[in-house]
Amino acid sequence: MLSRVADSLYWMSRYLERAEHTVRMLDVNMGLMLDKSSTSAEGRWKRVLAALGNPHGVGWEDDYYRLVNSLTFDPEIPASVTSCLIEARENARQVRDEISSEQWQQLNRMYFWVTQDYSENGLNTRLADFLPAVIDGLHLFQGITDTTMSHGEEWQFIQMGRYLERASATANLLDLYHPEILSTPEVAAEGRQYQEWVGLLRCCTAFEAYCKVYTADLTADRVLEFLLLNPQFPHSLRYSIDCLRHALVAVHLSSGRQPVDDLTRVSGRLQASLSFVQVADILSQDTGAYLHRILQQCRQTHDLIFRFYIQYSVETALAM
Amino acid sequence: MELGSTFANPLLKDYVLDSTYDEMFTGDGLVRRHYGSVLETFLNLPPDEIARRKRSVDLSFLTQGITFNVYGHGEGTERIFPYDLLPRVITGAEWQHIEKGLTQRITALNLFLHDVYNEGKILNDGHVPREVVYSCRQFRREMRGLQVPRNVYITVTGTDLLRLSSGEFVVLEDNLRVPSGVSYMLTSRRVMKRTFPQLFRNYGVQPIEHYTQLLLSTLRSLAPEGRHDPTIVLLTPGVYNSAYFEHTYLARQMGIELVEGRDLVIHDNIVYMRTTAGLKRVDVIYRRVDDDFIDPLAFRSDSILGVAGLFNAYRAGNVTLANAFGTGIADDKAVYAYVPAIIRYYLGEEPILNNVETYLMTDPKQRKYATENLDKLVVKAVGESGGYGMLIGPQSSAEQREEFKRLIEADPRNYIAQPTLDFSRAGCLTENGIEPRHVDLRPYILYGDKVRIVPGGLTRVALRRGSLVVNSSQGGGSKDTWVLND
Repeated sequence: MLSRVADSLYWMSRYLERAEHTVRMLDVNMGLMLDKSSTSAEGRWKRVLAALGNPHGVGWEDDYYRLVNSLTFDPEIPASVTSCLIEARENARQVRDEISSEQWQQLNRMYFWVTQDYSENGLNTRLADFLPAVIDGLHLFQGITDTTMSHGEEWQFIQMGRYLERASATANLLDLYHPEILSTPEVAAEGRQYQEWVGLLRCCTAFEAYCKVYTADLTADRVLEFLLLNPQFPHSLRYSIDCLRHALVAVHLSSGRQPVDDLTRVSGRLQASLSFVQVADILSQDTGAYLHRILQQCRQTHDLIFRFYIQYSVETALAM
Repeated sequence: MELGSTFANPLLKDYVLDSTYDEMFTGDGLVRRHYGSVLETFLNLPPDEIARRKRSVDLSFLTQGITFNVYGHGEGTERIFPYDLLPRVITGAEWQHIEKGLTQRITALNLFLHDVYNEGKILNDGHVPREVVYSCRQFRREMRGLQVPRNVYITVTGTDLLRLSSGEFVVLEDNLRVPSGVSYMLTSRRVMKRTFPQLFRNYGVQPIEHYTQLLLSTLRSLAPEGRHDPTIVLLTPGVYNSAYFEHTYLARQMGIELVEGRDLVIHDNIVYMRTTAGLKRVDVIYRRVDDDFIDPLAFRSDSILGVAGLFNAYRAGNVTLANAFGTGIADDKAVYAYVPAIIRYYLGEEPILNNVETYLMTDPKQRKYATENLDKLVVKAVGESGGYGMLIGPQSSAEQREEFKRLIEADPRNYIAQPTLDFSRAGCLTENGIEPRHVDLRPYILYGDKVRIVPGGLTRVALRRGSLVVNSSQGGGSKDTWVLND
């Protein structure tokens, strides 16, 4: 596969995952604004902004509805849902012949739908209907991707993008929430705090899955354990990294290249730090540092994927 | 069908018949036999059903991304190619004649290219003036003496044909560089089959779907010697090119990689593409990038679309490019005037398909006639295509004619003039029912181990009433072309 194509598929996938995460963050936090809460509006939305990486061109101005609208629709803000979809489509357009027609059509439909809506209604769409519909559209795209595309190298790069983005987003979210959660690690949450934790789980679509494992009693150590270490839940860090590793190994095998030492080592260590650990170990140490290490390893993995498969020098390639 | 009963149909109330050849009706207003059931089907469809099918076709073009980019209109320039549902029908006998004519013409043009870039016999013998060839902007000195596989220069050609009022098909121009539009031919057919399955099934239309497979085997037949299982790629200028959809479509249908200049690297005169598995050698490049932009070292140094060193690899015989460099001399509009002579010279045959009468502005007598009669003529810049840089005399203002007169006098080699042609019209669906519109026909000719043409081509339509310009960039559309088994 062409390196440029791998690059575009990877980024298409990352942007779509990012759009989905952003939509969910906005939707969940809008919902939480309806109840009285232990967190102030300012604290809440600043945290949302931090979870989205404090995007350029937008900040807290005491009007959450406007903030959500901008983060959803404004094509001038690079982190907005619309911008993510435009970027994803642009990447897909660069590799139009590598993805299936069904994928392209679905992405195109979403693109026209979102951008037309903005040009017709500006920032006045009914978000309550709009946000869930975007998520539905993205889920449909993933379903189409998984059922219409060969699960070869191309698909594996899509997987890498999706799970690396998801892992980084979840780790980042936990990093923001953990000081508050860990103030009372083993006590079941009540009242307003309970709402917050439900919110955290919902941001990762994890509430129902959590309840199945631990019932609706929320304690900090369980929430953390579930989002970090659950091996079966698709939005947990461990699951995401397992999938990422799976894709890396598959690509490595099919490319028939020499062992890619650094990439194998870094991603393997990342996987091990989630697979062979118990939540008590994490809580007994510096949890923040643990999360930072994970984020750091995610970034390294991203850089190494780039260096091995996409932007390598001609000399190294000819030497092989 | 009876004249009276057909034209009583409200769909045909605005249908005009005059001296212009009409593809659907004879001069007496009788439906041509091969158009009979097509027209009947359309006349019997309720108008809202036609509108419904049209909408569903438009939508499917848009969601499939079958769009083209218009230059000079800023952002958001993706448009669907306007599409007409009423097919253009050609009889098998007519097609056989066209096919023979095109095969003859392409064979001769290819021999001409080989000759000009080698011994230049035709120039020595004075059948084509030396200065016409050497003054052509598309002439590539670098190609002199270079041997190309099988001596094939023009692998893919799109030749534009018109039908005159006599019913005769003539050649308006040859596109020998990077002709486009074939994807519209293929997707139109798919859409028609889906939209009018029954009509199609009963009509005996010759298939065209194997075009991409023919293209692939044509390209394979041109691989450098010793490369038995050649790697073939399609080189595109990228997503901002007006024909990008077509590039992706063809690459996909052939199952070859679609590469951009930045995907290719040259090392020791060998072309490689960058893949996730390392560098992979490339043998044949179906390039959709113009000569000028293909290698910044050999041609335009400001090009970022090309590959540095590609021309050297080509000269070393390590890679085949289709089409070859420098084929533009044979579709230069001044050289065009000599094509009948070229055919006679190399093949000793009379041209089967005639040219349109052409006035060379380098000839003082012809120039004088042309500049005095600009209101009756069409003037074209010799190196332009796509309907840019031309004057349509009868539809021009006095100012425009003055402007062109000045341009011609300043640079006579750069212009030719042709009579304004009364070319054929075919029935099209418009807001007012079915009306005749001017159409041309661009068949695609493949040349590798031999010449191959799929029956039909792209019929382009000048969608505005009375308009003579069929180019997509200038408000043209297309329709499916049905060549029948007689």
